[in-house]
Amino acid sequence: MTTATLMIEAAPPPPSVRRRHGAARVAGVALLALWTVLGVGIVWLLVSGWDAEMVERYMPRILEGVLTTLKLVGLSLVIGAVLSIPVAIGRLSRNPIAAPIAFGYSYFFRGTPLLAQTFLVYYGAGQFVGFFRDIGLWWFFRDAFNCAVLTFALNTAAYQAEILSGAIRSVPRGQWQAAQALGVSRMVTLTRIIVPQALITALRPYGNEVVLMIKGSAIASIITVLDLMGQTRYAFSKTYDMQVYLWAAILYLVMVEILRRVWDVLERRLTRHLRRAD
Amino acid sequence: MNESLGLLSFGPTGWGDEIASGVLVTVSLAGATLPFGLALGFLVALAKTSEDATLRAGANIYTTLFRGLPELLTLFLIYYGGQIALSRLTTALYGQPTEVNGFVAGLIALSFVFSSYASEVFLSAFRGIPSGQYEGAKALGLGRLSTMRLVILPQLVRLALPGLSNLWLILLKDTALVSVIGLNDILRNTNVAVGNTKEPFLFFFVACMIYLALSIISSIGIGFVSAWAERGQETRA
Repeated sequence: MTTATLMIEAAPPPPSVRRRHGAARVAGVALLALWTVLGVGIVWLLVSGWDAEMVERYMPRILEGVLTTLKLVGLSLVIGAVLSIPVAIGRLSRNPIAAPIAFGYSYFFRGTPLLAQTFLVYYGAGQFVGFFRDIGLWWFFRDAFNCAVLTFALNTAAYQAEILSGAIRSVPRGQWQAAQALGVSRMVTLTRIIVPQALITALRPYGNEVVLMIKGSAIASIITVLDLMGQTRYAFSKTYDMQVYLWAAILYLVMVEILRRVWDVLERRLTRHLRRAD
Repeated sequence: MNESLGLLSFGPTGWGDEIASGVLVTVSLAGATLPFGLALGFLVALAKTSEDATLRAGANIYTTLFRGLPELLTLFLIYYGGQIALSRLTTALYGQPTEVNGFVAGLIALSFVFSSYASEVFLSAFRGIPSGQYEGAKALGLGRLSTMRLVILPQLVRLALPGLSNLWLILLKDTALVSVIGLNDILRNTNVAVGNTKEPFLFFFVACMIYLALSIISSIGIGFVSAWAERGQETRA
């Protein structure tokens, strides 16, 4: 039996391969520098142009605008969710009357600009003052806020119906068949087996729809609703100071980012049974 | 009915020609935005797939920013902000202020918005291409640019097309916002017509129908493009 008598000298580690980033690193640093300059510029603009009187006069209005925006978006989303259910049923059915109506509704509201729809409802209603007075609904259409809620609700109902019907279609057919084999009625199958699974698929698109609604609600300012955008435009028309738009930009970004984060948490919580414990 | 047709006719008494010129503005704005938005979106997507963390961070800030801001606010920021900045610049240089062109402001704002969404579409398309494609190209001795041009891009187009077609339809609708900064697009010209005729329902309904028609025409066009992009995908029996 031979034994090693000589110790092998410890060799130095091989030279580490230098990773070259080259162009990418230069571009990345340049881009980050650009954002830094922009960020510092905005902060500088806000600080140097800080006008206590202007802030005192317009900041409360703008914060009030945030509340109006949230109210507008919240109401539209809830009403839209309710409206989306019959539309989604129509989209899923093979009924020769309901299916084309639901398709036409969805196609119209998804194929035309929200701004044009808002004009159609708000100014279009004004053409039928007599009619709305007769049926006692004029008080509703006279107010721009109501018109905005109505339009946004109709619009988001079309999108939500697509999300809902798409999600229901994505549930495997085997789920229906298994429920049928167990003797579960169609209605119970839908509400207790299919919809809960569909809602998980629909969660992410729903979140996107809420974000789109927050952003889209800025359009209400054009028909004189004093939401965040409306108050900002008012303040800008009085002061001609670019700052107010920067305030609004920051507030919108904060709203959207908070929503995105909350939605991520929600999604992680609701899908925790689908993740592998590894 | 006849009265409505008269209002929509071409010529000095009708508003048909004004609306038609608005269609031209809308289509050319969307058409002009598309190449810039696509190119910018592709570059941002490339940056997001980069191995370099700083480049990825820079690209992600871009998307967060322009996907989080309302399109209307982006437009105002660029239009009024550009107005103020450009006026100061030209006053300093030539001693007189210049006006910002509404079309250019709209083009820039819509390109930013479009590209931030397009970058996400390109990014997921990039993820849909197996790494074996890159390895195969390397084994054949292709350089980085030729790999991109000959191997990756043709597949990328096919994977990104559904998402991009959606974005195009959204872009078409977003152009309506430029009517607010005074560009004579479909919606602004119908607004003028409404102001003169007091027939808001008729004209705004017609405007909606025109947008619908544009999106139907686009869908047909997209059908041809996707047939072309899928040409290598036929299953042989």
